[in-house]
Amino acid sequence: MAGWDRNQMAERAALELQDGTYVNLGIGIPTLVSNYIPAGVNVTLQSENGMLGMGPFPLEGDEDADLINAGKQTITELPQTAYFDSAQSFAMIRGGKIAMAILGAMEVSEEGDLANWMIPGKLVKGMGGAMDLVAGVRRVVVVMDHTSKHGESKVLKACTLPLTGKAVVNRIISNLGVLDVVPGGLRIVDLAPGVTEADIRAATEATILA
Amino acid sequence: MNKVYPNAGAALDGVLKDGMLIASGGFGLCGIPELLIAAIRDAGTKDLTVASNNAGVDGFGLGVLLETRQVKKMISSYVGENAEFMRQYLSGELELEFNPQGTLAERMRAGGAGIPGFYTATGVGTVIADGKEHHDFDGRTYILERGIVADLAIVKAWKADPSGNLVFRKTARNFNAPAATCGKVCVVEVEEIVPLGSLEPDHIHLPGIYVHRIVQGQHEKRIEQRTVRKREAV
Repeated sequence: MAGWDRNQMAERAALELQDGTYVNLGIGIPTLVSNYIPAGVNVTLQSENGMLGMGPFPLEGDEDADLINAGKQTITELPQTAYFDSAQSFAMIRGGKIAMAILGAMEVSEEGDLANWMIPGKLVKGMGGAMDLVAGVRRVVVVMDHTSKHGESKVLKACTLPLTGKAVVNRIISNLGVLDVVPGGLRIVDLAPGVTEADIRAATEATILA
Repeated sequence: MNKVYPNAGAALDGVLKDGMLIASGGFGLCGIPELLIAAIRDAGTKDLTVASNNAGVDGFGLGVLLETRQVKKMISSYVGENAEFMRQYLSGELELEFNPQGTLAERMRAGGAGIPGFYTATGVGTVIADGKEHHDFDGRTYILERGIVADLAIVKAWKADPSGNLVFRKTARNFNAPAATCGKVCVVEVEEIVPLGSLEPDHIHLPGIYVHRIVQGQHEKRIEQRTVRKREAV
């Protein structure tokens, strides 16, 4: 069983981008998605700390402490860039103006519940803007490892970790393939190279429809 | 009425009180009121509740007020970059109220706009919704969140004129504008104070009505994560 690596998952996720839309990319693998935007697809990236039209990392020496993304990384602006404050940033998120968010996940359930912000007693960093994003954007795609380091499924009947949002995920892109959240469970959309339907079913605790 | 003060300590003179609620601007270390934070440390004000998206890092930003144990409670969305914060929180020395980032920003905006509460779908079905009033509108469930009115807002802007009109720079605007509006007293530190009339009125980000005191100073503006592309060899 081969499957996708981090960059290949990001490349697959980039195929979700629709021309002419506004998109928010989360921290981690979702950030890599911007490296694979298909030719001819024009998307404007929103950074929830107050920017539309996020450009690439600056050239060495051009870093600006006043210009960072939501992961606190130095970035650059583009000709169409606009800046705004955090209240307006989340007004456009909550108001449904952002077409899609691509986020990381610790667990996803077959009903589209998402857990990605907290492991009680272990990891207590906070939800940042993730709860607002999943509640507000029109389509939520998560990019994640299908199983834990110990081989346990992270695509579950019900999440065990505290939720970021309930029934919010539309599509899961894992190292094994692509699954949609549909009434009654998950449906396989795509398999990573070398991965069979039997492989993905074996790695998934959630209900996968026939 | 003079709004311009000679230094951060003077700008905070008479407005600091033990146990007060402070709203702070900044996102990560970007656009944080670093001079005012240092002046609060020097003043030794205790038992503070601080509403700020983040809690700084060890030794910089709000991290300095954590080290001196001046903070009783944080209201934040993300605190992952601060080991001292984690230590105090996990040992029960520090209270923490997690707010989703947009909810925190809107709580400040609403508080400053005279709106005591608002409904949002953010956090419905999560621990954030526990104990909060739920209400359905048009077939969707929302929770009631409260506006924040802070005793003091501490804010960083790029430029001010002497009347308090502010211009921010790039993503350093972030929580500074909403935080400024929700303070009963708002103290702003800037990189430059420009003469009256030199800011284009159409280009002012926050009008001076929200700003009570201004101080100009030198900023370190530390970068939290320096990410760059290599220059091509010439």
